Amino acid sequence: MGTRTYVVGKVVQALITLFFVLAFNFFLFRVMPGNPVQLLLRGTSAITPAVVHDLEKQLGFDQPLPQQFVTYLRTTVTGQFGRSLASGRTVSSLIGERIGPTLLLVGLSTIASTIFGLLIGIYGGWRRGSAFDLGSTGLALVTYAMPEFWFGILVLLALAGGVGFFPAIFPTGGYSTPGADLTGVSHAADVLNHMFLPFITLTIAYLGEYALIMRSSLLDVIGEDYLLTARAKGLRDRQVMWRHAVPNALLPTLTLTFLSFGFVVSGAITVEYVFSWPGLGLATVDAIDSKDFPVLQALFLLFSAAVIVANLIADLLYARFDPRVKAA
Amino acid sequence: MSVTEAGAPVLLVEDLHVTYRTAAGPVPAVRGVNLGVDRGSVLGIAGESGCGKTTMAHALLRLLPPGTEVTGRVVLGGEDVLAMRPGRLRAVRWAEASIVFQGAMHALNPVQPVGRQIAEALIAHGMAAPREARTRVGPLLDRVGIPARRADEYPHELSGGQRQRVMIAMALACDPALVIADEPSTALDVMVQAQVLQLLARLQQEMGLAMVFITHDLSVLVEVCDRIAVMYTGRIVEEGPAREVFDRPVHPYTAALAAAFPRIGDPRFRGAPAGLGGDPPDLQSLPSGCTFHPRCPLAFEDCPQVDPVLTPAGDGRAAACLLVDGALERSRVAAR
Amino acid sequence: MSRPQIEPRRTGVETRAPAGEPVAPPPQPANPRRIAWQRRRRSFLRVVRIYRRNRMGMVGLGILLFFVLVAVFAPLITNRAGLNPTCTCTGRPFEPPSLRFPFGTDDLGRSVLTLTIYGARTSLLVGFLATLLSIVIGAGVGIVAGYFGRWTDAVLMRMTDWFLVIPFLPLAIVLASLLGRSLLIIVFVIGITSWPSTARIVRAQVLSVKTRPYVERARALGAGNWHLATRHILPNVGPIIFANTVLLVAIAILSEATLSFLGLGDPLHTSWGTILEAAFSSGAAGGGDWWWLVPPGVAIVLVVLAFTMCGYALDEILNPRLRRR
Repeated sequence: MGTRTYVVGKVVQALITLFFVLAFNFFLFRVMPGNPVQLLLRGTSAITPAVVHDLEKQLGFDQPLPQQFVTYLRTTVTGQFGRSLASGRTVSSLIGERIGPTLLLVGLSTIASTIFGLLIGIYGGWRRGSAFDLGSTGLALVTYAMPEFWFGILVLLALAGGVGFFPAIFPTGGYSTPGADLTGVSHAADVLNHMFLPFITLTIAYLGEYALIMRSSLLDVIGEDYLLTARAKGLRDRQVMWRHAVPNALLPTLTLTFLSFGFVVSGAITVEYVFSWPGLGLATVDAIDSKDFPVLQALFLLFSAAVIVANLIADLLYARFDPRVKAA
Repeated sequence: MSVTEAGAPVLLVEDLHVTYRTAAGPVPAVRGVNLGVDRGSVLGIAGESGCGKTTMAHALLRLLPPGTEVTGRVVLGGEDVLAMRPGRLRAVRWAEASIVFQGAMHALNPVQPVGRQIAEALIAHGMAAPREARTRVGPLLDRVGIPARRADEYPHELSGGQRQRVMIAMALACDPALVIADEPSTALDVMVQAQVLQLLARLQQEMGLAMVFITHDLSVLVEVCDRIAVMYTGRIVEEGPAREVFDRPVHPYTAALAAAFPRIGDPRFRGAPAGLGGDPPDLQSLPSGCTFHPRCPLAFEDCPQVDPVLTPAGDGRAAACLLVDGALERSRVAAR
Repeated sequence: MSRPQIEPRRTGVETRAPAGEPVAPPPQPANPRRIAWQRRRRSFLRVVRIYRRNRMGMVGLGILLFFVLVAVFAPLITNRAGLNPTCTCTGRPFEPPSLRFPFGTDDLGRSVLTLTIYGARTSLLVGFLATLLSIVIGAGVGIVAGYFGRWTDAVLMRMTDWFLVIPFLPLAIVLASLLGRSLLIIVFVIGITSWPSTARIVRAQVLSVKTRPYVERARALGAGNWHLATRHILPNVGPIIFANTVLLVAIAILSEATLSFLGLGDPLHTSWGTILEAAFSSGAAGGGDWWWLVPPGVAIVLVVLAFTMCGYALDEILNPRLRRR
């Protein structure tokens, strides 16, 4: 009973947050001094009458403000994000084209960094002070201090540019080998080959953070009495760790992992740029260069929605798996 | 269950020393304890917080943090626990001797149903296959007065008293010869305390368990135990038959402890309960001679000079106080 | 009810009367303000003493000091003209490291070492200013929310939560693209997106201080809101946010680097991020010109690590309840 109101409450909160993102997008241009249309078109080259007309209609300048807002909400919710100023095509078609590669890259790297991060955090925390722990914690701090894009550049230099004693065994960017007409498995292999470096970059960039979170969580649990009970019952050290310590440390870790999804999204933007991976991140950077505001706003909305959903999942995880919350 | 001669003590502790390693230096928590528990008998250990009783209890099954120095012998069912190989130790834990921890709220895993935690003990010692362990849990809970269907509930869904009973059921699951009860009723309401103590006493009699009962409340021990040992700063300062120690304490500390926990109806406690002034000393800077002398109302000039040893003081009794006949001589000899 | 007696303080300096005998000076009236400041100074010195013993904190502080000195004395260490491509002090484009150019040259022949040193100025400055803005906003919001409570609190906390959920980079990109490319705008964008964490901490502290007896007494004596906020609440909030502030600077520097790398930085000021941006878009990565790409990144890593180490050390000291991790 309590769970259902909790879940509904969290979903409503998420929707409200999303609503404010939409409102933010809407009011951003109207709050700025000057003609919004001029602002939007400042610095762009592809100004055709069609684009201007579309923009004005989209912005609905002839209508009173509340009416504009409603129109805006309606069009946005139905997926009409307007047209790109740079290319003239609809933003939604651009998103449709680019979302696949991003999901592939971010999805796989998030899974990898979570799994490896958790494992490293567990072993580091359980054997606190050991060489493994000190080494992994140190490395985690260093990767945290590194901008992801710079790490990507290093990886690029090493394994694609072949600097120093590194072999240049990977392509310098892109989604697949241009010109090669591959299908099926060989196409998939080609894509994976191109994805490998950005995948490694994103995975290692966030692995450290997850390891530190898990380690910290486990250390919180280590002093607890029920671990002593488990040991007294005659369980092996490993059984105590996996059966009693880890389950208690896992829940706060997983929720924190979902909560840091916002950083993964940010990282994806820069890493896609470094490796020319044709996803939403690269589209963002292209839009920055061409001051393509409709695209930027739509992507901002999309990224925010993804992070809001991730936060919602974190809250729901707690409701589902923590018996103490379930009863509350 | 192990094979020992009838009449041999279930537990024999010889010259146990436990020293913690801390950032501030070594802390001697147990400084030479000798005790024995016979089959089916109950030994009570009394003392203030920090006197080393919990440390000693944990030492019996080698549950102290790694790096802690433990010397001496702990003979359980004929074998020295401190010398066991890890595999043998794990088999002996819970099956030979188990512990009922204090504060069951924190001693039970909050994200596992209680039944599963009891079953885990059975499975770990090969007393039940994973499938049938579930059915074995029911009767165990029944025995402590908890309906079997509550096995699927989580610790936070049970009351404090019920959780303590679960701890007891869990401790008895593998039919140990010895149960160590570490402050099993301290964190509970008074009424519930009485219930839990009665339960323990009944089970001990029914199952013929040997028990080590640890608490700071001397009056509780009188009801439940055959013998009592009183600890102070890591040493036993008095021991003897329960009734005797409580009614006619020899060591001034025991007298103070007994006076601090009045019993209703006992004419000795007509007046207000007497407290003992001061605090237990810092284990890293113990007073010279008898460590109790700064707080002792009967201290005299030899007390700060000579560290008393346990000296026989009557029928099956002993006390570490210079007031006992012959204690001064024996202590001086022992110090050399 | 009588006022509590405050002992008149002696300054401890004995003045000599003309006759040559020491005479105690007339007792001074107790100054509560001075007492408070003395107490604060004493606890500050105590923190400094404990901090000195923390190895990680001292190493971090050392690294920071190094970079700050390099930034401040940049004109003395290196030739400012080296930033100008037409200067005769420049070399050929894309030169690998040599004695003359320890970090090599960029696509215009400028010394990467000179660029990196001057980049320190911008990166550190933006980091500090943005953090300053962030804590001013954050502390302001936190104090107002915690102090006035109820509706104000609810509304402000909703806002705070919103900013916390929304991913930083997309938001910053939208703002910066719209507002233009200048240092102040970058400072503004970073500051306005990172205040929530400070607000949260400050609010929690305010809530705990608000109910303390001395605040009630002050109010009973007629203290106004402003007085309470500045004299009682603010000084108690300072230490708490300090450790958080140090970490905020690290994040601000990373954020500036990222925004500049994506092309939103100030083209008139060299920062580590703009160096990387120029290098990457000139194809240095594909061309293997590592000397242009590595030093600015290493500098960022070192500075962020240093701030993080100091932040951890401070956290351990100011939150003694934290177990040693």
